[in-house]
Amino acid sequence: MTSENRLTRFMIVLAGCLVLSACSSNSEWGWYVVNPLLEGGRVNLWFLIAGYPSTIYISAIAAALSMTVGLGVAVMGMSTWRVFRIINRIYVEFIRSIPLLPLLFWIYFGLPFLIRGTWFEFNVDPFWAGVITLALSDSAFTAEIYRSGIQSIAKGQSEAAQTIGLTKWQTMRYVVLPQAIRRILPPLANQFIYIVKMSAFVSVIGMQELMRRANDLNTNEYRALEIYTVLILEYLVLVLLISAAVRWLERRMADGEVR
Amino acid sequence: MATDNPLAIEMRDVDKWFGDFHVLKGINLNVKRGERVVICGPSGSGKSTVVRCVNRLEVHQKGVIKVEGVELKDDRASIDAIRSDVGMVFQQFNLFPHLTVMENLTLGPMKSRSMNKADAEALAMRYLDRVRIPEQADKKPGQLSGGQQQRVAIARSLCMEPKILLFDEPTSALDPEMISEVLDVMVGLAEDDGMTMIVVTHEMGFARKVADQMVFMNQGEIVETGPPTEFFGNPQTERCRTFLDQILKH
Ligand SMILES: Nc1ncnc2c1ncn2[C@@H]1O[C@H](COP(=O)(O)OP(=O)(O)O)[C@@H](O)[C@H]1O
Ligand SMILES: [Mg+2]
Repeated sequence: MTSENRLTRFMIVLAGCLVLSACSSNSEWGWYVVNPLLEGGRVNLWFLIAGYPSTIYISAIAAALSMTVGLGVAVMGMSTWRVFRIINRIYVEFIRSIPLLPLLFWIYFGLPFLIRGTWFEFNVDPFWAGVITLALSDSAFTAEIYRSGIQSIAKGQSEAAQTIGLTKWQTMRYVVLPQAIRRILPPLANQFIYIVKMSAFVSVIGMQELMRRANDLNTNEYRALEIYTVLILEYLVLVLLISAAVRWLERRMADGEVR
Repeated sequence: MATDNPLAIEMRDVDKWFGDFHVLKGINLNVKRGERVVICGPSGSGKSTVVRCVNRLEVHQKGVIKVEGVELKDDRASIDAIRSDVGMVFQQFNLFPHLTVMENLTLGPMKSRSMNKADAEALAMRYLDRVRIPEQADKKPGQLSGGQQQRVAIARSLCMEPKILLFDEPTSALDPEMISEVLDVMVGLAEDDGMTMIVVTHEMGFARKVADQMVFMNQGEIVETGPPTEFFGNPQTERCRTFLDQILKH
């Protein structure tokens, strides 16, 4: 924990040094473009920061969807029925091997043709294309997190539950899941960081989130170095906040487990 | 249920394989109501597997196993019937670490016997008294010593009010000074309650004291059975004699 705190502090100091040295070094830098002390810089900075809601919104919905789909896929993977286990393997291996950008294009440009005229036809706008892509590609990982978390609970636990007459479902509900959840939640929360970072890809189909706004601003201002530095700091702040939440969660989980 | 049947457990020509490995070879074992059977034998001889077949934690492939007159088959009904008659105590205790001692004990009665909370807790307190640790009710298993944990595990089985108790090396994971507190509880169950028990153990003092029937297993077979006086005094097979010599030396 302390070493992680030190690392966090180190990264913040490093980022600070980068900004300071950049400001003071020479005239090649043009911090005016995002300088909060200047009228124009303030407007630009605000334009960039206003991408946060979209990035957070798309990531949160994608994560929720991924956690739901992943659970279903994981349950299939632990089924006594071979067919379900095979479906699980194919799903996980297949989804894991598709790069994000091709999947995004397939869904944004391709899916509308596939669902045209069917009962679940819907408008595949950049937002939903992004959500579906991120959720799909992440769900293979969440499925494996659920599965390994549940399977890490010793077999003796479910055997003991059976010997006191619990059904399979009751064994899951009262014995296995309450223990597995402590091992599942922290890596699941870490997956959220992955989604946040990958959400930058959605900018290429026109979603107005952090990345897209930085691109747009750069098109007007031609100040790539300054603008993308701010962009990176924006992601850094968001990810550091999430990791702090994850660590808090991990600590709470550990407290609950007397061993 | 055949109440006139004096046999609590009946195993006839039971065979079991793990893949290609023939782990149980033609096991025949009858346990009468109220009888105590102690199984011993070298590690890997199939003792645990025999006991686990009795409550269907393992599935046998050939032969017949009847518990309280009900034959073990694949259908839910027979498995449920047997599970409600048979309790089991494991070497590794297998208590639920996220629940308190009290919750460990009331889970089965509340969920599988649909008892209300107050009744289940009263029942649990009775059995915690029985294993002499009523004061630990609100602790988590991780806060107890090994001996205490195993006594909680015994109480947890008793809360299901089983007719038969299976013990698979209940003292093997314990520090030496805690073995007797667990054995004392087991002797009490045998002598005061007349509980039908199958006990896998190498505690021969315990076996001499409570066993009605001794069983020696080797390489998946029952090599020798008999009452303890004969079994210990005059073992019939060479293999059993050397085994007893080895464990009695210590
Ligand atoms: N689930 C299993 N899969 C494969 N082999 C097993 C399994 N369980 C036990 N065995 C093997 O079966 C044999 C008997 O095991 P066990 O009944 O546990 O013996 P014991 O309790 O007498 O030490 C051992 O050789 C063990 O390795
Ligand atoms: Mg064993």
